[in-house]
Amino acid sequence: MVIAERKPIAEIREMLEGYRKVLVLGCGTCVTVCMAGGEKEAAILASALRMAEPGKEFVEATVERQCDREYIDGARADAQECDAILSMACGAGVGFTAEVLEGVRVLPGLNTKSIGVTEQPGVWVERCLACGDCLLSLTGGICPIARCSKSLLNGPCGGSQNGMCEVDQKNIQCGWQLIYDRLKALGRLDLLEEIRPPKNWSAAHDGGPRRVVREDAVL
Amino acid sequence: MSEDNGFEPRIVAFCCQFCAYAAADLAGSMRAQYPPNVRIVRLMCTGKVDPIFLMKAFEEGADGVFVAGCLEGNCHFLEGNIRAKKRVGYIKALLEEIGVGGERLEMFNMSSAEAPKFVAAVNEMTERIKKLGPSKVAKVS
Repeated sequence: MVIAERKPIAEIREMLEGYRKVLVLGCGTCVTVCMAGGEKEAAILASALRMAEPGKEFVEATVERQCDREYIDGARADAQECDAILSMACGAGVGFTAEVLEGVRVLPGLNTKSIGVTEQPGVWVERCLACGDCLLSLTGGICPIARCSKSLLNGPCGGSQNGMCEVDQKNIQCGWQLIYDRLKALGRLDLLEEIRPPKNWSAAHDGGPRRVVREDAVL
Repeated sequence: MSEDNGFEPRIVAFCCQFCAYAAADLAGSMRAQYPPNVRIVRLMCTGKVDPIFLMKAFEEGADGVFVAGCLEGNCHFLEGNIRAKKRVGYIKALLEEIGVGGERLEMFNMSSAEAPKFVAAVNEMTERIKKLGPSKVAKVS
């Protein structure tokens, strides 16, 4: 899922300057799971803003997804009553809501962090960089792009110390140590003997905004 | 704001029925005296306390809120009170961020036999909120 985190209230209040009636629009999918922008979080933020900004009016709504046109359409009536939407979706949702509900000012309530997983309740961690060319089959299912701070293809580097990464020795595990341990457990250390050539980064964002088309689904 | 300006705070107490609610009942049986500023909301467990309950209490005009659950380790649902404590911490930070003040919210723990502890919690919160003065949130009548 997409992992996000609410922006500081002070930053949100600054963005809302000049708007009198604001729709706090939650998103019912990824950001609900990471407890950043779902129905509950939209209610809490709207409540907080009502207390912080008594001169403004805040209404709440949550749609199933802000990355699909038909769900955003569901918020159109609420949006038209408001001067601005404070979207609690990931960046994609904020942008798409602005595109679909053209003419309404859409502001981001969250900072989008990563594509990741729930490591434990309340803790969400990055697991994929959407590089566009998955190589998890070579690394025992542990991604060197997302989990190595340097995205090395032939690791580890000299900054790997006792299984931790030099970037943050308390919180970041060395991705390549994890890969080594996993491949050893799988009996596939032979996969590490091959030197991986430079990756084709044009499949990642370096090649520009990406587009996926599945012809049979196109109307 | 000073304490003696006649301000009587409105305080909402979310009480677990197994401990604080029973302690409040016992305080009544014991004819213990405590300020009449508290409105008690009975819960099956403080684990039922959702952050939005706390926010709504303040939004609707409470000057202070406290959550009172069982002693740590004694929750009938194992760790409902521990979860409540974390949620109280989360909302305290949010109240601080919006300028209402985190000190207006507190978590207490007590057993059903500890009526004096319930009385002490009410006294402490009433005194604290009187010193802080009315919440800046406009009252809803």
